[in-house]
Amino acid sequence: MNAELFGLHGLAWTELLQLAGHFALLSLLAVGGAISLASEMQRYLVVEHGWIDALQFNASIAIAQAAPGPNILFVALIGWSVAGPMGMLATMAGIMVPSSILTFMVGRLRHARRDALAVQAFSVGLAPLTIGLLMATGWVLALPLVAHPVSMLLVPATIVFMLKTQRSPLWMIAVGALVGALGGA
Amino acid sequence: MSVFPDTQDPTPRAEPQLRAPRSKRELFVAFTWLALQGFGGVMAVAQRELVERLRWLSKEQFVELLSLSQVLPGPNVINMSLMFGDRHFGWRGALTAVAGMLAAPLFIVLALAALYVQFSSVPQVAGALRGMGAVASGLILATGLKLAPMLKRNPMGLWPCGLIVAASAGAIGWLRWPLVWVVLALGLSGFVWAWRRLSVLRRLG
Repeated sequence: MNAELFGLHGLAWTELLQLAGHFALLSLLAVGGAISLASEMQRYLVVEHGWIDALQFNASIAIAQAAPGPNILFVALIGWSVAGPMGMLATMAGIMVPSSILTFMVGRLRHARRDALAVQAFSVGLAPLTIGLLMATGWVLALPLVAHPVSMLLVPATIVFMLKTQRSPLWMIAVGALVGALGGA
Repeated sequence: MSVFPDTQDPTPRAEPQLRAPRSKRELFVAFTWLALQGFGGVMAVAQRELVERLRWLSKEQFVELLSLSQVLPGPNVINMSLMFGDRHFGWRGALTAVAGMLAAPLFIVLALAALYVQFSSVPQVAGALRGMGAVASGLILATGLKLAPMLKRNPMGLWPCGLIVAASAGAIGWLRWPLVWVVLALGLSGFVWAWRRLSVLRRLG
């Protein structure tokens, strides 16, 4: 992260608008979440404009993944690295507003027509796809752990914990952090 | 309204006491708590909290919301919060739920970012992050396993459902095909098959 906390880090206001505009464009392409656009964001910010370097970009993603909350917050961190709080506002507003407006309208339309055949076929037809995509996400997150056998054991342990107990997942997160910190993972 | 048989039943057995948020404050607090438990992704915790603990959604309603959130652009959990909030308190509810999801975690992320520079090279920190990543993966797989049994009640039938689950998980997780094409192809196939099955069921009354 940059040592300079406030101010635009040397960015002009027009560049800030350009930044928000580019993220707004990406917003409507972000099917599957903003993380699927990370490579395009990296190209735009690091390669094309040189506003941040590749290490800052990767650190933003790593921090947002490790922290609680939606992973979309990596976009807030990237914006902050580029141009402080105003940069954060620019990237977050850009990435969130267009897709949220679309979701809001589609959500209302769906609810209004909930008895229509098309809407019901959508719910029934997409249920298995939704579950398949969840499994794929879990699988992709587990892949980088193949070289770390103890980490791999944490995956089935977590599944059993979630299926057999009613406790908060925070317990398993704490166990994972502890095992990892002690060098086991 | 859901088309899954046991939610259409006038005396539903599967979710005897489905509840709703009583106020926007309750909505905000619930989504903040949900977000703060969501290390490495919020979806697993959302299922735990909204379906199992608070009982604000049935499994079927949860998957319906999630399906829509996944095919629309934008972060899935944000889309889901937005539609859930809107359903209960209109656009103010949508803003409340999204704000709950983002506000507290944003401060934590910024604070962590400030610390990260100093501690990222400490091996214990890297190890802890990897361990938490492993747990995050297990949480999401468990969510999928918990929701899968509802497919037994899906009007498409068990085999077509199982085929789509396997094909989507394999194409994205194993073959790493682009999400957009997988969602378009399998989503459309599922939609058409469900449309035909539901038309037949409707004609039969």
